[in-house]
Amino acid sequence: MEIFDILLSASFWAAVIRIASPLIFATLGELICERAGVLNLGIEGIMVIGAFAGWMAVYLGAGLWAGVLVAMLAGMLFGLLHATLTVPFGLSQHVVGLGVTLLATATASFAYRLSLPEVTSPPKIEPFQPWEIPIVSDIPLLGPALFSQTALTYLAFALVVAVSLVLYRTPLGLALRAAGENPASVEAQGLSVTAIRMGAVVVGSGLMAIGGAFLTMSAFSSFFFEMVNGRGWICIALVVFGAWKPGKALLGALLFAAFDALQVRLQQTPMGAVVPYQVFLMVPYVLSILALILMSRRAEVPAALMIPFNKGER
Amino acid sequence: MRLEPIPNPTALRRVGLPAGALALTVLIASLLALLAGANPFATLGLILKGAAGSKFALLETLNRATPLIFTGLAVAVAFRARLWNIGAEAQLYGGAVVTVLLGTGALPLPSLLLIPVIALAAMAAGALILLAPVLLKTRLGVDEVVTTLLFNFIMLLFVSLLLEGPMKDPMGMGWPKSTALEKAARLPRIVDGLRLHWGFGLAFVSAMVVWVIQTRTTLGYEIRAVGQNAEAARFAGIPVGRVLVKTALLSGGLAALAGYSEVAGLKGNLTLDLSPGFGYTGIIVAMLALLNPLGVVVSAIFVAGIFVGADSMSRAAGVPTYIADILLATALLTMVLALRLTNTRIRWR
Repeated sequence: MEIFDILLSASFWAAVIRIASPLIFATLGELICERAGVLNLGIEGIMVIGAFAGWMAVYLGAGLWAGVLVAMLAGMLFGLLHATLTVPFGLSQHVVGLGVTLLATATASFAYRLSLPEVTSPPKIEPFQPWEIPIVSDIPLLGPALFSQTALTYLAFALVVAVSLVLYRTPLGLALRAAGENPASVEAQGLSVTAIRMGAVVVGSGLMAIGGAFLTMSAFSSFFFEMVNGRGWICIALVVFGAWKPGKALLGALLFAAFDALQVRLQQTPMGAVVPYQVFLMVPYVLSILALILMSRRAEVPAALMIPFNKGER
Repeated sequence: MRLEPIPNPTALRRVGLPAGALALTVLIASLLALLAGANPFATLGLILKGAAGSKFALLETLNRATPLIFTGLAVAVAFRARLWNIGAEAQLYGGAVVTVLLGTGALPLPSLLLIPVIALAAMAAGALILLAPVLLKTRLGVDEVVTTLLFNFIMLLFVSLLLEGPMKDPMGMGWPKSTALEKAARLPRIVDGLRLHWGFGLAFVSAMVVWVIQTRTTLGYEIRAVGQNAEAARFAGIPVGRVLVKTALLSGGLAALAGYSEVAGLKGNLTLDLSPGFGYTGIIVAMLALLNPLGVVVSAIFVAGIFVGADSMSRAAGVPTYIADILLATALLTMVLALRLTNTRIRWR
């Protein structure tokens, strides 16, 4: 059975972790926004601008971590635009989000064409290299999968813990969750719902952009159009699947990545000779829809998600 | 800060703010042109000239506007009911697939019958594609934004599968394209010798039909009621779920006509690049038209003009054609903000 051979290979599990990494960043980013009460449909475009900005910065001579910082700042800039329009002005989060996605994607394409007018294939950068953690990376199967990844992957997993701690163990996290559940209670505490929500969207957008940057700076080493290819939308599904909790969202991202890695490998088996490759490529999108259906009954949506807050209004 | 409603906005507010949004958009476009090392006035002039400077340019713009009218109407109908159909792209391809399926010799009918039969079948396909996410929404509460978005990706892969498999043109030299439509199934040109086809006429008529539905029928009233406040509508005895399903059928059908008219009117066959994002651009078209069906026609021509103009400007002035997308996204965002500020004022403190 090919499936068992695949499941028992270290390269498969390494791929799962690798595929999950950008999704973890972006899903955490979306989760932070939604927990504060703002749906951020800018995610797809913000991932694109992050992928472009980080890669471009490194191509122009910046260090890898400086590139990640540039990507994050670019994402935060578009996040600020989204936050300004949806929070104080209370505009439709659907329309603004799609507008931000379009604007960010177009900005990346425009800047790409402007800076590299002549090239037919995008130049490559020297991406993040796997960082083997001594001793544990020698464990069979688990070692290569978990402990010889790039620094960005370790950062993604560390962020899951960090975001959980902040959300559930700090006053800031409490205020953020309250802004998404019962904003009036936040104001009663003397805190500003506007400031909390805007901060959440800006920070969340920064994480989405790092998720995009992972694609150009760790997974692949160059930027091309259509590179994000719906990953942002998949992350929105993962937030729902994870019931708006970081730990469960991580589980969702890993599960999703496992199916994605499996479909790529199944294409190489005799099964791939019979079934058209497009069917395999549909798997991630179909799974996302199935995940939404599965969780629909139990979804614990933040009560004030997508409801603008206007001080003094009932 | 907080927002306070203004009951009767002055004429200055109602005209000045949208005009300001437009000015800001033009300003940003000029800055982008400067950034690309081109003269902003020349760039904007070239966009205008490329969009409407000659008979050829104008017809090209109207041709490009045709699918955008359909997808714009699809979005306008759905958004009015607060049904977030972001999947017009998938419905468009659904219509295109059915058009090829029936238009390549499957039906031995005269042209006069064949054309409407194919158009209706295409509409049915688009309607069915949107029906699935809407039933998931009304029955299980699954958010339709994400499902309709994801359907776009699935549909594109499905079309790719068809074009490399059962629908592939055996004479296509290996390119993934469908067999060409038979002559009887093609939409004729409006005037002989000019490239504009009857798809544009159909789009125009569709806009009027949608306008009648929205303003003169019970369904139109129900759609608006559901969109304004679904809870209140349910309380008033409007069957919200059923209204949403009807809205979806109409919206999906309209989006499918975009694919139908591109295949039967313009291209004559189906390829994977049939739509350069017409489904997504339809959202901008609909929003700029304030979801008004007749306004959709105007805004689709405007948006098409920007794209066609930017293409020809890019060849002449060297500013990347993506300036068109930036311009339209900016127009969308500034316009929704201007409209909000028209009837609210900001109170600081």
